[in-house]
Amino acid sequence: MAIDIGRAFFRALAACALAAVLGASALAAPIIVTDDRGVRVQLDAPARRIVSLLPSLTETVCALDACDRLVGVDRYSNWPQPVKALPSLGGIEDAPLERIVALKPDLVLIAESARAVDRLEALGLKVLALEPRSHADAQRVFGSVAAALGREGAGAVLWQRITQRIAAAKQRMGSGWQGQRVYFEVGSGPYAASEASFIGETIRQIGLANVVPASYGPFPKLNPEFVVRADPDLLIATRTGLAEMPQRPGWAGLRALRQGRQCGFSTDEFDVLVRPGPRMGDGADLIADCLAALRRTLP
Amino acid sequence: MAMPAVTPVPDAIARRRVPADAAMLAWGLALALLLLIAAGFSVGSEGWSFDWAGDARLIEQIRAPRTIGAALGGALLGLAGAIAQGLFRNPLADPYLLGSAAGAGLGVTLVLAAAGLLGTAAGASIGAAAATMGLRVGLVGAAFAGALAGVALTLLLARGAGRPMVLLLAGVVVGVMLGALSDLLISFSPQALRGRQLFLLGTTAFLGWPNVLVMVLVLGLVLPLSVALSRALDALVLGEAGAISLGVDLGRVRLLLVALMALATGAAVAQAGLVAFVGLVAPHLVRRWAVVAHAGLLALASLAGAVLLLAADVAARSLIAPQELPVGVLTAVIGGAVLLWLLWRRTEAET
Repeated sequence: MAIDIGRAFFRALAACALAAVLGASALAAPIIVTDDRGVRVQLDAPARRIVSLLPSLTETVCALDACDRLVGVDRYSNWPQPVKALPSLGGIEDAPLERIVALKPDLVLIAESARAVDRLEALGLKVLALEPRSHADAQRVFGSVAAALGREGAGAVLWQRITQRIAAAKQRMGSGWQGQRVYFEVGSGPYAASEASFIGETIRQIGLANVVPASYGPFPKLNPEFVVRADPDLLIATRTGLAEMPQRPGWAGLRALRQGRQCGFSTDEFDVLVRPGPRMGDGADLIADCLAALRRTLP
Repeated sequence: MAMPAVTPVPDAIARRRVPADAAMLAWGLALALLLLIAAGFSVGSEGWSFDWAGDARLIEQIRAPRTIGAALGGALLGLAGAIAQGLFRNPLADPYLLGSAAGAGLGVTLVLAAAGLLGTAAGASIGAAAATMGLRVGLVGAAFAGALAGVALTLLLARGAGRPMVLLLAGVVVGVMLGALSDLLISFSPQALRGRQLFLLGTTAFLGWPNVLVMVLVLGLVLPLSVALSRALDALVLGEAGAISLGVDLGRVRLLLVALMALATGAAVAQAGLVAFVGLVAPHLVRRWAVVAHAGLLALASLAGAVLLLAADVAARSLIAPQELPVGVLTAVIGGAVLLWLLWRRTEAET
């Protein structure tokens, strides 16, 4: 018994010493990351060759200063600029397995809902399935990706930067906009971003109210009449979506349209707004800049 | 030798029901349509409300054009379906058969992809007004032009409408090819995906008075003209040789009917997207109920189509108000149920 304890003690001591030596040579103990499926993924070393199949995950990797470790991204990943030069690997439904395997990634970042998850794992790849849908998700995903990169702690720093920028955006907008009711259109179904979406969270945090309540789910397809009835104080959409609105039956009379209280964004800008990734702070800035310019329309 | 199962009208004529059936069906459908129009005026984003005076502005600007537009779109599809089934003497024919659906889809995808490009860099300089014109007029126009172009391409490949089998095959080929082209386009400009999906599902949400006007004009043109040509469809029931022996100029009549069908289909899908199943089910609904010559069938199928699509629209608006279900999904469910019920009734009657 005593001998056993002694032996275990020595073994632990030896392990510690070994870990210290290896740690010094940047070959730390295995990294274990739990992904959004609850699967514990073990990496022997920080990921060096990464394939990302979701734009928000691509952006997260780059925001954590590891853009150079990406070896391939999905076709929708278009930020930052360098990722456009990487091999383009399909979308959520049609990821080309063969090309991904040929890139020999030591980590694949992918949406939880993607079909390829099981196939990629069966092919022996390390797969981290992450799907940010809310601010809390994004914060957790930053942590997971940072851990996989061997940069524990960098995720929290990134998240803090975002919350600070959202708070700063609120300051910059001016108090006149506080509590104004916004309709945020994500697509011309019309699909809206409700209070339950991450966009809704950002909107709330900069002090705006949302005409679409959380109970409708994050991105409901609305009866267009709902928006006419709600007569929001402010409209946010893509530039083309906004330009289309006066043509819709009954929409020309919307107060926000008549008074020019509208923020129309280009496709690139809209990407910033509708991706739950590291640019959520930039998204808040975009809205704040628009509203600061629209201050004269306030009563 | 000819299988009666694929030529539904002789089968119906053989049963020799009283023509009162047709009158009853017409009244029934008209009554259903009136009730549904009333329902369409009364269901909005707040669910049901029968305070028509209080909602006057909403009804006038939104619910009325939407309701009437849905009925007209359904009527056009029902009519096109009846023409298609008569023309090909096949109860499985539908209005999208000759490449109009794929053509319209490609047109819409092209415009959406172009709009996506404008939205990025050039859009800022071109300005919002131009973008609006482009997108709004562009989508409806492109769908319409695409539908007609799809059918024209089919006719070209089949070298006219002389051989129905070749025409059908050409339609299938055009459908597959144009569909693939749309898919290819999507893979290069993924931002067009969502808009295209909306179009494929069909939507009645944004039907306004201008859309209604277009559909009224087209229905006013196509319905009388196709009824005028209905004798040829009746003659076709006897087979091609029979029709020719009755003095029908088959080549010319077929071409005209294909053109009318393309016009009706194009007008409907340009306004409401690729609504599923209405064109297929509406003529069946009529045929299973009443024995009519094609003149009556065309008119009644229009009415049945109007009832089907409007019912789907009212359901789409009311079931989870103020959220909406995709109307095309509902027409598929309602239409599918109706078709199954008709088949079930028929087998029941036969056994």
